[in-house]
Amino acid sequence: MLLEAPFTEKKIRALRVGDKVEITGLIYTGRDAVHKYLHDGGKSPVDLTDSIIYHCGPVVVKEKGKWVVKAAGPTTSIREEPYQGPLMEKFKIRAVIGKGGMGPKTLEYCQKVGAVYFHAIGGAAQVLAERVIEVPDVHMAEEFGSPEAIWEFRVERFPVVVTMDSHGKSLHEKVLAESTKNLSKLLG
Amino acid sequence: MDAKILEKNLLELIRRTSSQLPRDVVEVIDKGWRKEKKDSSGKYALEVIRDNIGMAKDKSQPICQDTGAIICYADLPQWCDERLFVKAYEKAVVKATKIGYLRQNSVDSITGENSGTNLGPGNPTFHFHPVKGKSLTVKMMLKGGGSENMACQYSLPDNRIGAGRDLAGVRKCLLDATLNAQGKGCGPGILGVCIGGDRGSGYIAAKETLFRTLDDVNPDKRLAKLEKQILKEANSLGIGPMGFGGQTTLLGVKITHRNRVPASFFVSVAYMCWAFRRNGIVMSEGGKISRWLYES
Ligand code: SF4
Repeated sequence: MLLEAPFTEKKIRALRVGDKVEITGLIYTGRDAVHKYLHDGGKSPVDLTDSIIYHCGPVVVKEKGKWVVKAAGPTTSIREEPYQGPLMEKFKIRAVIGKGGMGPKTLEYCQKVGAVYFHAIGGAAQVLAERVIEVPDVHMAEEFGSPEAIWEFRVERFPVVVTMDSHGKSLHEKVLAESTKNLSKLLG
Repeated sequence: MDAKILEKNLLELIRRTSSQLPRDVVEVIDKGWRKEKKDSSGKYALEVIRDNIGMAKDKSQPICQDTGAIICYADLPQWCDERLFVKAYEKAVVKATKIGYLRQNSVDSITGENSGTNLGPGNPTFHFHPVKGKSLTVKMMLKGGGSENMACQYSLPDNRIGAGRDLAGVRKCLLDATLNAQGKGCGPGILGVCIGGDRGSGYIAAKETLFRTLDDVNPDKRLAKLEKQILKEANSLGIGPMGFGGQTTLLGVKITHRNRVPASFFVSVAYMCWAFRRNGIVMSEGGKISRWLYES
């Protein structure tokens, strides 16, 4: 299904675990440095209300005066587990995109705030870079360096799967529980 | 031997390894995709992966942005000097990094500084074997960090999983490793396994066995049977592509063995992600590439 900006709470609450979603609109990258900075009380250079944060350290180069994305795959999300929930609440962030899923704390805040976790396809650098159609701006590149900066990505049909929703469901928990059960059955 | 021609051939080897998946891997990914249920998230993940494989090849760009650790195996005939080979290889790596076939991936473990060239202590990793014949064979593998983090080593007996010192115990280790990895190593994955050896040689042999093609059959009948069994059982766990659920959890299992000292019994498991980048060439002294390994 398609998800287009603005990413309102109503649209996000309608999503369920397992939904295959294509995102169109403006999203922001953010990884370790940005999460820590905002969590420590730093001011956000962009308005994060109803935003989507992408856990990604992209390769972006300037060609003919314009930013062009060369690779934009997801990075492992669990490192932001201590910060993610509180930041979702404080800034009304509606979703994060990453890989590997996140823990119970983030799941709890997803419910409380009305937010979801989108899983991108790990390693699919070329497809994901192609779906970033424009890079309007970059913030905090001097402070944090290029991969850790806040990049503005205008994406079109960016492919993800909802693996944690705002109703307390986590696909990661479910698959782990089921596969653990299947294994113990197998081993008798 | 003309060092310039060798360097040129090695650069082409790096380009193809980074941007094209081997025939055998693509075949198994396609098979998995056909098997996954219609409209499932697992099938969707494999669809995106298949598109990505095609795009990377067409654009001559890295399949995944993590171009990983560079691992090189070379069978050196008499005419090929080891030091000259290393020099040519390093030059090719630096060039490939500049062009963008490789990401800057070599970090000083003490200072945290990135060398920017992919060269540094232990990078790339070389394994040489002298050979009698006339041709030089070079194989390379690019192994991403996310998959490498899923590697694990068991010391048997292992009470936590109830694994004893026999093939039944090894089976428990391999299924446990698959369960722990879930989708975190960018599955569907491939297990490279070594039974025995010491902690170091076990891991090296486990990785080396990933140079076997996914469709070959282990000449050791006992291991061939175990490989088949583990693949089937792992794919019945329901972990699926990216850990989204489904039937394609592993694309392959490759097992080798080494003798051990009586006191130790290690099972070393290397985990490889779907972006299984390996390739190889066979080259004559005149510089002609007579064969690309792993291509159809
Ligand atoms: S685990 Fe493999 S596919 Fe995933 S990001 Fe690393 S290299 Fe790429």
